[in-house]
Amino acid sequence: MYKYIIRRILVFIPMLIVLSMIIFGLAKAAPGDPFTGRMLDPTIDPEVYEQQREALGLNDPVPIQYVNWASRMVTGDFGESMYYKGRSVASLIWERMPNTLYLGLFALAITLIVSIPIGIYSARNPYSIFDYGATTFGFFGLAVPNFFFGLIAIYLFAIKLGWFPSQGTITGTEVTGLQEFFDRIHHMVLPGITLGLAGTASYMRYMRSEVLDVLSSDYIRTAKAKGMSDRNVLYKHTLRNAMIPIITLMGFEFGALLSGAIITEQVFSYPGLGTLFINSITNRDYPIIMAIALLLGVTILIGNLLADIFYSIVDPRIRYD
Amino acid sequence: MKSHRKIKRAQSPLQLALRRFIKNKLALAGIIVLVLITLGAIFAPLLSEHDPTYGDLLKIEKVPSDEHILGTDGSGRDNFARLLYGARISLIVGFSAMLFTLIIGVVLGALAGYYGGKVDNLIMRLADLILAIPFLVLALTIIALLEKVTITIFVTVIAVTTWPSLTRIVRGTFLSLREQEFVLGARAIGASDLRIIFKHFIPNAIGPIIVNATLMMASMIIIESALSFIGMGIPQPTPTWGNMISEAQNIRILRNHPEAWIPPGLGILLTVLAINFIGDGLRDAFDPKSNRR
Repeated sequence: MYKYIIRRILVFIPMLIVLSMIIFGLAKAAPGDPFTGRMLDPTIDPEVYEQQREALGLNDPVPIQYVNWASRMVTGDFGESMYYKGRSVASLIWERMPNTLYLGLFALAITLIVSIPIGIYSARNPYSIFDYGATTFGFFGLAVPNFFFGLIAIYLFAIKLGWFPSQGTITGTEVTGLQEFFDRIHHMVLPGITLGLAGTASYMRYMRSEVLDVLSSDYIRTAKAKGMSDRNVLYKHTLRNAMIPIITLMGFEFGALLSGAIITEQVFSYPGLGTLFINSITNRDYPIIMAIALLLGVTILIGNLLADIFYSIVDPRIRYD
Repeated sequence: MKSHRKIKRAQSPLQLALRRFIKNKLALAGIIVLVLITLGAIFAPLLSEHDPTYGDLLKIEKVPSDEHILGTDGSGRDNFARLLYGARISLIVGFSAMLFTLIIGVVLGALAGYYGGKVDNLIMRLADLILAIPFLVLALTIIALLEKVTITIFVTVIAVTTWPSLTRIVRGTFLSLREQEFVLGARAIGASDLRIIFKHFIPNAIGPIIVNATLMMASMIIIESALSFIGMGIPQPTPTWGNMISEAQNIRILRNHPEAWIPPGLGILLTVLAINFIGDGLRDAFDPKSNRR
């Protein structure tokens, strides 16, 4: 097992490097460089422009530029924003990151709390009315685009009923302490449900089919034959085995969650990384676009790595060689 | 006495699959809905006399009337006409993106699974990398680099960023087929690589390929609408469902004109549901082990 984990980490490193190369390549393909904007400015002397290019290393050979860029990235220096003059990309990202993190965790919590019990209950009562209801919900949850669901949620619960705010993270600056906490949760309810919907539907389907699979296996029949209570069969045998694929799924669904966050944040004007990303695309603010792309890519790679490692720990039956 | 018992002609796996498929009520309902939507899209000019791209600035955000069944949008364009023509774009983009992805996915998957070794390693690592960057981030980053987005470019961006999942499936099927004895037999009688791939591998892998292609078309339609919604997809004034819903980012339209943005949303929902039902029906039909229905 340790051998596998070490090998898995070793594979992770070249993938990280190639990922950074792809993003660097895309950045190089971006039209112009930080100076083309000023080039049009007649007050700047072409000679000064050339000097500045030289000073920034833009005339160096591409591999050297890559190494310089990569070593800056590793130290967390993402350069300066082209649109928000004088602000570093890192500070803009750090400012928005917690909001996206909270929203993602909130959505994930909703997803797990809702989908797993429903999936288990459906599997234990297959083809019951509840099961059909859950299956129907699953079909809709996977078919409805999250931005449309978000708009419906705003229309019904924010505009018509007025139960929840339709945008932002917080009402104002006057709320503090515990009140602030609840206010933030209050703002996160609609975007959280919107973001969690697709995940809820797919985890639920997975959980149902996994539990159904496990329930029909021989060791469950043995456990029942021994006279084990239903409760113990469920917790000690069924769930432990059924959860294994769900863990892998979480590793992969992580990317879907982040992608979903980009759209969901846009619908709710939620000031997170997603809205920053889309605004930066509109403004052609390449340093921010590349930094966020790299950050999200690395996060996904780490998510997959952790899922794989965790998988090898919880399931000793799997042998890797 | 002569016996007149007729020997029934054996059915091919494809015929068996077709029989199982038409018995599936949900899938059949999906087909009917999809056909209706497609007919609406094809006969759009007959169903509405308005030009979906012409904006009458004197008639902005009108409520529904006899002339404009679903009112007009923020630029005075007829919503009903846009809904019908939008179905065209959504279906065309969804279908062509699926087809393009299918070609890349099957070709690369076939190369990786058939030849194995270095080719396999190269293709699959590339697939891993593309899968490592969240689809939306990659697609948006590429779109950010482009000067102008047209339908062709848009479809290409989607195909280039989504082929890996299909490639994985095709490769897996091919890898398992490679070890089968009938392949060895074919090779022994001197069949060429291409012949083996087209005559033996693809027909055996056709089930999973068709099922995944169908389900992929549904996600392509969602992707198109999501990107158009955030203004990074097919540019206005081309009518697409995503572009229509995009208008609801304006809180005034969201609040006062649900008739403008709910129909295209329902259009996406219905189309995607219909395609998913068809895909699930095909999966059950192609799976010989499936005993449902």
